Amino acid sequence: MREVAIVAAGMTRFGELWDASLRDLFVEAAQQALTAAGADHLDAIYTGNMSAGQFVGQEHLGPLMADHLGMAGVPSVRVESACASGGVALRTAFLEVGSGASDLVLAAGVEKMTDGADVTEVLASASDQETEVYHGATFPGLYAMIARAHMQAHGTTEEDMAWVSVKNHRHGALNEHAQFPREVTVEQVLSSALVSEPLRLLNCSPVSDGAAAVLLCPLDQATQYTDRPVVIRGAAMATDSLALAGRRDISFLDAVALAGARAYEMAGIGPEQVDVAEVHDCFSISEICCIEALGLAAPGEGRSCARTGETALGGRLPVNTSGGLKSKGHPVGATGVAQAVELFEQLSGAGGARQVPGAEFGLAQNMGGTGASSVVHILQAV
Amino acid sequence: MPSPRYWREIPSRYRLEATRCSDCGRVSYPPRPVCPACRSVEAETIELSHEGRVVTSTIVHVPPGDFLMEAPYALAVIETPEGARMMMQVVDCDPASVEAGMAVALEFRLIRKEGTGGILCYGHKAVPAYPIGDEAEAERQAGEMEVAHA
Repeated sequence: MREVAIVAAGMTRFGELWDASLRDLFVEAAQQALTAAGADHLDAIYTGNMSAGQFVGQEHLGPLMADHLGMAGVPSVRVESACASGGVALRTAFLEVGSGASDLVLAAGVEKMTDGADVTEVLASASDQETEVYHGATFPGLYAMIARAHMQAHGTTEEDMAWVSVKNHRHGALNEHAQFPREVTVEQVLSSALVSEPLRLLNCSPVSDGAAAVLLCPLDQATQYTDRPVVIRGAAMATDSLALAGRRDISFLDAVALAGARAYEMAGIGPEQVDVAEVHDCFSISEICCIEALGLAAPGEGRSCARTGETALGGRLPVNTSGGLKSKGHPVGATGVAQAVELFEQLSGAGGARQVPGAEFGLAQNMGGTGASSVVHILQAV
Repeated sequence: MPSPRYWREIPSRYRLEATRCSDCGRVSYPPRPVCPACRSVEAETIELSHEGRVVTSTIVHVPPGDFLMEAPYALAVIETPEGARMMMQVVDCDPASVEAGMAVALEFRLIRKEGTGGILCYGHKAVPAYPIGDEAEAERQAGEMEVAHA
């Protein structure tokens, strides 16, 4: 495998972007990346997208996106793994460049969620239709069951979970791309409306429109496009039972742990060497479970990390400096790529007010469904 | 759910049919042709006990469209004595009383009315299990329900 670098990144603001369509969002993010790199061609395009078919009635995104980017003719395909679609698109692009098949590949992610579809029902289709949705399951409901299992196993409290939202909103308040760039208090989280007990509205990531894109090439060609490339050292994926009922332990995300272990091995580092991480906080309990599965916190100790400030900017290991899915927003297919955009900025020293000083290794963890698929990337500053 | 799909799921939904792997003993519900634990294709079809315990649960306050009239409702992962796990609603009790370890009986119930035609879709829901003959406990819990709903 060749060494692969990210040489440029772009993303739209995340939010309810009523004047932008699915294709508009993709083009805005992709153009930013191409312009930053001064690139006038592409060898391939991979676009992560969960459900344009259900959200806006549009399938066959590969040629649509290539055409609207002025790149008709280029091989272009949509990649789907529910909310992990973006991360899997990035890994697919990484494999294509690493293999030597292509030299310049765009990994993008896009979702248009606010055009009127029943978002609760569309998102639920990432869980098991026959055994979960049939009985009235929703996504917050499934994560609420994970939360209660975690509370049962480790004594996690609603206040522990609230602190994750508080921390991520503090980070997001510094991010101009964030959907909700403002702080919230523990009291506001704990008094927000119940969605599915014990999860409340401010434990949940929002419904968002948005797109993100990164440009990949072999490391030895990176200086053609930038003087601050970031290397992809690890790119791994894993899967688990789609239904919660089939899991080994409902309070632990096996697919996240497996993808993490594979990525660490590939990168030749351990969790203690990670300087900054973006993890999939679709619900506040998810961040707690993910940092435990990734070894960034010991099992059962993830619950206190946000409250103590360990995972806040300035702490031992800042997690979700972008604001995470909670504050930045969660246009599902774009999220995995947007995590890579944040790490690209952090590791190239362009993190601005959110910069983690001297960050060398960054980890991005993206997952689909209730953690049935997960992809982990480890990036290194050059 | 299109009717052919509903029709072919009847054995597991109506009779709680599952498969038990002949090699490793893993019980799969609904039935599977390949064991998820050991990949064996040898399995016997069994009917699960109509009882179990709550593994984890939630109370859904923001439901999908088909369940709008039912919210808030308790939804749980139930484990049967055979080791099969399945998701279903827990009803006939105060949703707040549902907790891990709670013993339940599985009863055949209407689950949802599908689409504009209102096709009736059946399956199982869990209800609190009282020790046989413990009418005092059943009455006590029923009394709590009335208070809760008053």
